[in-house]
Amino acid sequence: MIARVLVALAVLLGGTQAMGAQSTSVILSTTTSTQDSGLLDVLVPLFEAKSGYTLKTLSVGTGQALALAAKGEADVALVHAPALEKKYVAEGTLLNRRLVMYNDFVIIGPAEDPAKIKGLSAVEAMKRIAASRSRFVSRGDKSGTNILELALWKDAGVEPRGAWYIESGQGMGQTLGIANDRGAYTLTDRATYLAFSKRVDLAILVERDRPLLNIYSVMEVNPANGPRINAAGGKAFADFLLSPETQGVIRTFGVAKYGQPLFVPIAGKREEDVGQP
Amino acid sequence: MTLVGEGLLEALRLLLTGDREVWRITLLSLQVSGSATLLSLLAGIPLGILLALARFPGRGLTISLVNTGMGLPPVVVGLFVTIFLWRNGVFGALEILYTPAAMVLAQFVIAAPIVTGLTLAAVQQVPEQFRLQMLGLGASRVQMVGMLLREARLPMLAAVMAGFGGVISEVGASMMVGGNIKNSTRVLTTATVLETSKGNFDVAIALSVILLIITFLVNWALTWIQQRARS
Repeated sequence: MIARVLVALAVLLGGTQAMGAQSTSVILSTTTSTQDSGLLDVLVPLFEAKSGYTLKTLSVGTGQALALAAKGEADVALVHAPALEKKYVAEGTLLNRRLVMYNDFVIIGPAEDPAKIKGLSAVEAMKRIAASRSRFVSRGDKSGTNILELALWKDAGVEPRGAWYIESGQGMGQTLGIANDRGAYTLTDRATYLAFSKRVDLAILVERDRPLLNIYSVMEVNPANGPRINAAGGKAFADFLLSPETQGVIRTFGVAKYGQPLFVPIAGKREEDVGQP
Repeated sequence: MTLVGEGLLEALRLLLTGDREVWRITLLSLQVSGSATLLSLLAGIPLGILLALARFPGRGLTISLVNTGMGLPPVVVGLFVTIFLWRNGVFGALEILYTPAAMVLAQFVIAAPIVTGLTLAAVQQVPEQFRLQMLGLGASRVQMVGMLLREARLPMLAAVMAGFGGVISEVGASMMVGGNIKNSTRVLTTATVLETSKGNFDVAIALSVILLIITFLVNWALTWIQQRARS
C-alpha cells in the first residue's frame, strides 16, 4: 500500500516538476484588460514560438503589476497608467518605456441618464454625476481604470464620497455587472464593455474625449531591482510587441468577434500624437 | 435560468468534444490537488498518530494549532506562500512561484492540518482498552500502531475526503501562487473566476459543473471503499 502511494506520488511530482522548470521563462506583469480581452491568448503563443522563451503572464491591476515589476518579481510590464509609469521610470526601477497600443475609455450609465451627462466632456460629466449624487461604481482597486477615474475626479474638483459612490474592489467585468444591477454610472475600457454588451443594458454616454485615451506601454525591469531577473527575456518580449508583425496582429484583433478592432497599435509614436487623425 | 441551462449544455459539449484546454485544466486540477493530498497524508497521518498517542509538553498547544489550521483561509496561505517564494523571498532561489509546484505546496499547507486533525480524532476514538489489550497480548509498539490504523481506517478515509475536497475547491491560494497562467497553472477554480470576469458565464458554469462532477466521483469512490470495508 505504502509503496503504491510512493509510486503514485513520484509520478505526480515528476509531472509537476517538469512544468516547474523555468530557466528560459519570462514573467510579464500586466493588467486584467489585456487578458480579459483575449489579446494575450493570441500574442503569447506567437512570442513563445518566435523566441523560444516561455512566457508567464500575471494579470493583475495596473498598480499591482507595476509594484511587482518594481520589486523585480517580473521581467517586463505591459500596463496602462502613463502618469504612474513615468514615476517608476523616473525612479529608474523600470526602463525603456515604449508605447504599444491604445484604445479608449467610455463613461456608461443608465439610458435615462439622470445626471444628464450625455455628450459632455469627461470632467464635466464627473462634476454632474457628483452634483446630482447619481450612483457611480468605482473599481477601487488601483487598476489603470481606477487611477484614471481618480484623476478625473481630481480634475473635476470632486472628492468622491458618500452613499452614491460604490467601490467594487473587483475587475472590470464584475464592476460592469454591479453598475448594471444598480443602474449606476461607471468608467470602463471599451474592450471590456464590448465583451459584456450582451449582458449589460448601460449605454455609452461620454466618449472620444482626450482624457479618456487608454494608452498601453511596455517597460523592461531594471535588473538591479532584485535577483534572478531575466532582462534579456524581458527586452525580447518588449521588442516583440513593437515589431511590425505583432503590431499588425494587434490592428486586426477583435474584428472577427466584435466587428471593430479593440486596440490601435502605436509603436514608435509620441504620446502627444496618439489619437490625432 | 436559461443561463444555467446553456451552461450545462456547454459543459456537456466541452466534455464530449474533448476540448483540449478544458481537459488540460481538469487534469492539472487533479494532479495538483492529488499531489497535495498525498503529501499531506504522508505528513499528517504520522503527525496525527503521534499527537494521539504520545504525551509530551506542548501537546495541548500543538493540537490547538492543528485544529486552528483546519480552518486556515486559503487566501492567507496563498499570501504567505507567495511572499516566501518571491524572487526576493526566503525561498526565492527555488524559482517555483507561478508553477504547479508552488500550488502543490500551498495546497499542502491547507490540507495537512485537516488530515492531521482528523487522523488524531480517528485514532483517539479507538478505545484505550484496545491499545492496552494489544500491548498486553504481546504486540510490539509498531504492531500496536498497525492494528490501531486498521481500526481507524474508516474515519481516516474521511480525512482523505476532507483534505482533497478542501484543496480541489479552493481558489484564493491557487490564484495567488499559481497566477492562473494559461497552459501552465490554470485550474478549474481559477479558470472559473477568469471566465466569469470575461463575461463567459456559460463556460464558467460548464467548468463549475466539471468541478462538481470530479469532487463527486472522487468522494463516491472513497465512500465506496469506506463502506465496502465496513460490510
